[in-house]
Amino acid sequence: MGTIQRFPHSAKAAATNPLKMSQPLGAALAFLGVDRSMPLFHGSQGCTAFGLVLLVRHFREAIPLQTTAMDQVSTILGGYDNLEQALRTIHERNAPALIGVATTGVTETKGEDMGGQYNLFRQRNPGLADLKLVFANTPDFSGGFEDGFGKAVTGIIEEVVQPSTTTVKGQVNVLAGCQLTPGDIEELRDLIEGFGLSPIFLPDLSLSMSGRQPTDFTATSLGGVTVERIAAMGASEATLVVGEHMRIAGAALELKTDVRSIFFDRLTGLEASDRLIRTLSDLSGRPVPARVRRQRESLVDAMLDGHFFFSRKRIAVALEPDLLFAVTSFLGEMGAEVIAAVSPTQTAVLEKLKAATVMVGDHSDVETLARDADLIVSNSHGRQGAARIGVPLHRMGLPMFDRLGAGLKINVGYRGTRELLCEIGNLFLSREMDHDEHHADQRDGQSHGCGGGSCGCSAG
Amino acid sequence: MLQEKLQEVFNEPGCSTNQAKSEKERKKGCSKALKPGAAAGGCAYDGAMIALQPIADAAHLVHGPIACLGNSWDNRGTKSSGAQLYRTGFTTDMSELDIIHGGEKKLYKAIKEVIQQYDPPAVFVYQTCVPAMIGDDVEAVCKFAAKKLGKPVIPVMAPGFVGSKNLGNKLAGETLLDHVIGTVEPEHTTPTDICIVGEYNLAGELWLVKPLLEEIGIRLLSCISGDGRYNEVAMAHRARLTMVVCSQALVNVGRKMQERWGIPYFEGSFYGVSDMSDTLRTMTRMLVERGADTAIIDRAESVIAREESRVWRRLEPYKPRFEGKRVLLFTGGVKSWSMVSALEGAGLTIVGTSTKKSTTEDKDRIKKMKGEEFHQWDDLKPKDIYKMLRESEADILMSGGRSQFIALKAKVPWLDLNQERHTAFAGYDGIVNLCEEIDKTLSNPIWRQVRLPAPWDTKSGEV
Repeated sequence: MGTIQRFPHSAKAAATNPLKMSQPLGAALAFLGVDRSMPLFHGSQGCTAFGLVLLVRHFREAIPLQTTAMDQVSTILGGYDNLEQALRTIHERNAPALIGVATTGVTETKGEDMGGQYNLFRQRNPGLADLKLVFANTPDFSGGFEDGFGKAVTGIIEEVVQPSTTTVKGQVNVLAGCQLTPGDIEELRDLIEGFGLSPIFLPDLSLSMSGRQPTDFTATSLGGVTVERIAAMGASEATLVVGEHMRIAGAALELKTDVRSIFFDRLTGLEASDRLIRTLSDLSGRPVPARVRRQRESLVDAMLDGHFFFSRKRIAVALEPDLLFAVTSFLGEMGAEVIAAVSPTQTAVLEKLKAATVMVGDHSDVETLARDADLIVSNSHGRQGAARIGVPLHRMGLPMFDRLGAGLKINVGYRGTRELLCEIGNLFLSREMDHDEHHADQRDGQSHGCGGGSCGCSAG
Repeated sequence: MLQEKLQEVFNEPGCSTNQAKSEKERKKGCSKALKPGAAAGGCAYDGAMIALQPIADAAHLVHGPIACLGNSWDNRGTKSSGAQLYRTGFTTDMSELDIIHGGEKKLYKAIKEVIQQYDPPAVFVYQTCVPAMIGDDVEAVCKFAAKKLGKPVIPVMAPGFVGSKNLGNKLAGETLLDHVIGTVEPEHTTPTDICIVGEYNLAGELWLVKPLLEEIGIRLLSCISGDGRYNEVAMAHRARLTMVVCSQALVNVGRKMQERWGIPYFEGSFYGVSDMSDTLRTMTRMLVERGADTAIIDRAESVIAREESRVWRRLEPYKPRFEGKRVLLFTGGVKSWSMVSALEGAGLTIVGTSTKKSTTEDKDRIKKMKGEEFHQWDDLKPKDIYKMLRESEADILMSGGRSQFIALKAKVPWLDLNQERHTAFAGYDGIVNLCEEIDKTLSNPIWRQVRLPAPWDTKSGEV
């Protein structure tokens, strides 16, 4: 390993092929994990339209998302009237259980006082007291997708969760960060329920974004954790907080309810999964189910079979910070060398990354850093750059608009880790099984790294 | 200044809708007031980007916070036959500090970086809401940068909050008129040079039309802006004739090119068999009126005769398959209506349409074509569309991406007619493509399966 280089910020003025997505978009995704909810952007209508298209292309689902449709005049004179009108219109038309308001660059530059507007709205609309309203300050010009997601979850906790004097045995909360796909959440539910525990996920995208078939048309989110279940989180035995960007939400929940929280920085990898399973076993007081024991064996076996192809592979990873941490850690544990870890924003988790270069940057930085890499791991926006430098791309994160089932991938727990291992391992394997590659390698006088014929070749 | 521009655009004399309004109404603008909490669609910046981004060799730099580009880049299927720089997303990604101190210096630095690194023939700089609010003088920065760096740097003044996507289209047109068209002279001209305005080469549609033009002997001098090159757009003023596609969005460009350089224009469409033939006829007739060789008229007629008989022959196999199939058509204006007669020719029945974005003129035209009983809905809610499809009042929904999931969740076939689609529907071959797409989805075996009840919803023995 060489020395670790760290650039906290790229010196460029022009972000080129951005990796970063805006805060309000992250907030919208969090709100979509609440049943019968409607996210609302307080800004001009384009802010909403772009976010909507991005989420639709990723999930291939109808995405409820509304706008306060600020124009020039309301931008200057203040947006309260637009906000009130939007909230009332949405209530009349769609009767959601929760409306999640995320501010944008427009309203934040103006300096709209969201706390004041919340109070004013409540005062003027006593008839809507049952409607849950969450306001999140999510300016486009600071932070990114993950931050917005975290703020929305914190906002939901503050508005909805109730402290409780009693505890429901076996009930656990899971604050599910945006690095978890709907598929991941479903997998966690299986694992947790396997111990006889009853989880409440906040947000729960597995119930809303995994391809529901409605019996009637709904304009709000269909499925997700219900407002009633969120309110009941105060009666849980423990809270599993998943991801660095969920820490503030976790603290808010603990402060409000006194439910103790257990923090997980990631759930991908053998040891990370071991920790989860041990925690679940401790919480429930039950032995680990046979099914999960078999899954662990199977992952260990996949690691043994697969390590040949990962050893010393040079990999560049560009993802949202917590997912970046999970993936780079896993790759490191498989013997690969993470030559570059690129994050869209500056966050605390970057300090923990093990990579030759860690930087806050964009896809053009990845293109530069990954020139002699064996693999790039990034979202679909990475495909142009990867093609230009001829490095294969493994797609993860969001947006992933050129693959089916983007939201259903599973990368947590023993089974999810094994899936990830096999997918990435197969990319290496298919390259190495290619005979042309063999010849090229042999000309260079190097072995192609299958570990002496494990891929079925005659190298030795 | 932007306000003046807006008034000018609203006052477009080339737009019949506009001219039918009273002066007071005209001042209010084209777009209906947006209703907070019930609005849909893109903003003016979105529209400007749509109209200009197909200029493939130019750099497109967005001055604003990350949302404007970060959430939206790389999401449209406009194709280029060569240069690919338009697919690279550039933004100043304004941060909190830029908002406090002003973003002008960063913008200049960004323009400089883009020019030094990519050497494009020009840079388009898009103004967005936030820098407009804090008073960044994008026009001045562009002027300074152009002088200092020796390249055209074009300010596109269409911040999102001034209005709709359609308005953004128009403002993009004004930008080209103010800064681009007329700044480059072609090496040579011919009497059959034309300029097409408002064609974006989505899914490569222009390429279904261009070979026919070449066969007739018409030279496409510049296209605004599908598969466009900056210098070609800049020499549009030497065209002998302008064709304005997509009716009213960019009619201002056609009219002003007539005003400034005496180039006549006409509005035409590449969609549908008869519209395509009409377009070729009008094009050649008007070119001949301006002194082109009359032989192009004969060549056009022979191309039309050949292509029309070919297209009807190719549509023949679909007729028995489309027998009795009912289509619900949900799109904006006239564009899709040019396809209707061709679809009916192939045996489909159109049962109704939305007229939300249509003008009174469009509605009358539809009434004339289809009779009084034909369903026209002004404001049909998604819920109602869902209900109609669920009750199988139609066999397929043809619409924009927005209603995709209304159809699919009702388990009814759906076909994309808007910009996100992957198949080209323009020209004669396009109509055959369209019918092939309809046939493919209608005849897919999944429809019967996905409508089956789940095993736990049926009594045993019934399955």
